[in-house]
Amino acid sequence: MLEIRHLSYQVSDESGEELGILNDVSLTIGEHKFVVITGPNGGGKTTLAKAIMGLVTPTGGQILWNGEDITPLNITQRARKGISYGFQQPPRFKGLKVRDLLELASGREGLTHEEECQYLTRVGLCAADYIDREVDASLSGGEVKRIEIATILARDSGLMIFDEPEAGIDLWSFARLTDTFRQLHDEQKATLVVISHQERIIDLADEIVMVDRGVITQHGAKEEIFPKILANTVSGCSYMHGA
Amino acid sequence: MDKLEAKLLKEIADLDGLPVGAYNIRKNGQSDGRVSTAHIVIDTKTDQSGIDIHIAPGTKKESVHIPVVLTETGLTETVYNDFYIGEDCDVDIVAGCGIHNSGCDTTQHDGIHTFHVGKNSKVRYYEKHYGEGEGTGERIFNPQTVVYLEEGASIHMETTQIRGVDSTKRYTKIVVGAGGEAVITEKLLTHGRQTAESEMDIVLAGEDATGRVISRSVAQDDSVQVFYPRMIGEAKCFGHVQCDSILMGQAKIKSIPAIAAEHPDAQLIHEAAIGRIAGDQILKLMTLGLTEEEAEERILNGFLQ
Repeated sequence: MLEIRHLSYQVSDESGEELGILNDVSLTIGEHKFVVITGPNGGGKTTLAKAIMGLVTPTGGQILWNGEDITPLNITQRARKGISYGFQQPPRFKGLKVRDLLELASGREGLTHEEECQYLTRVGLCAADYIDREVDASLSGGEVKRIEIATILARDSGLMIFDEPEAGIDLWSFARLTDTFRQLHDEQKATLVVISHQERIIDLADEIVMVDRGVITQHGAKEEIFPKILANTVSGCSYMHGA
Repeated sequence: MDKLEAKLLKEIADLDGLPVGAYNIRKNGQSDGRVSTAHIVIDTKTDQSGIDIHIAPGTKKESVHIPVVLTETGLTETVYNDFYIGEDCDVDIVAGCGIHNSGCDTTQHDGIHTFHVGKNSKVRYYEKHYGEGEGTGERIFNPQTVVYLEEGASIHMETTQIRGVDSTKRYTKIVVGAGGEAVITEKLLTHGRQTAESEMDIVLAGEDATGRVISRSVAQDDSVQVFYPRMIGEAKCFGHVQCDSILMGQAKIKSIPAIAAEHPDAQLIHEAAIGRIAGDQILKLMTLGLTEEEAEERILNGFLQ
């Protein structure tokens, strides 16, 4: 279970005025739940996800994973506790191959061909074509993104966080990816926290969390929240309403 | 050969014993073993220090090892090795030098290598420089490699110098004939107060000659590196120079590339980048469970692979 208690992340602007990126956020996510965090750009979703992984140090509050306060732990320690994070814009590495990243992620050297195939096929890539390729500028943004997701699959962790896994991925590969998320959820081995704006991913979720201006504005079962999001999608725009 | 020398040999040529095929081992300025084969003949030069290596036309899937080991402090030598490779060969040449300097005087090895590669021959040339030793004496290498490729001939040259060498000044010149190919991969890591300079002239002289330079370097601590890769297109040709460097500590790197087209159909590309390890690379590997130090090491190892 993941518990976020009164989490805040305050930064100061140039004039010294405090900006609340996250303001007293509390959230509990049950074991093996699939939770989608959604909301407008700049609302604090990524900061919240990064704070869970330790990529951002909150200015206040606590994060508990399976009852343990992980707030003082660094990224490496949290990773070793079974938390993983798929970046929205993953870095590229000159000299590191897809196989290297998968091996680092799995914590084992010498993955079998079957394992390599399994991780890459689940993100719509053929191992034979990709396993020996460097994760450098020769790969497209969508390819790097799918390899990023494959590394999270190889981590086999208890808490998988994905920051906009759909971003940069073509429609055909995206269909494969939603199947993978569905399977992950069906397997009931991991808690999934996914930042997404994609209807097809939101539709897979047990719960939806709406984050806006640094606070959770809505949190509840998908069946309850999803219709509200859809109803509000075009609100406030007179042009889109045909006025 | 004692344990120390065997270790150096392992470092520079990945040898656990004597090499297979032709070889010449030079130890502290003296020949320490030589084998010629039916197709590869090694002779001592009569006018200066060094050897001539003649490889008969049509020699395929054979190799020559010419490692150099220096364990005496204060030894300084310049060695001239000339390779004459006949037509239609396909050979591996493994050079390299290891210095163990436990004294306070400078130990220096300057290897001057010249290759004459016959028509349609393929040569893979590996050269590794390595230094160690607890002494205060410097370990210096100033290698020069000059290659002449005849029509259709190719050389894949890989030079590696990872740690332990106080000062190096490298000069490489390759003249590529019609339809020939030169691929140079350079890997360099300096640390402490070491300095390294690499100057290169790749002359694409014949029609459809191709040249490719891939230089990857890491400069740590207070070390200084300077690169002067120059690619000259004298005919319809294709050339690509790619230099990537990672800066660490207070190190300094200067890259002064030049591409010169002296023919209207010469196509030459240069790319160069110098910078620190990207923070998001370290963070990504940390999210996979590596510590910051492990992540940095893995990134450097991959970069210099």
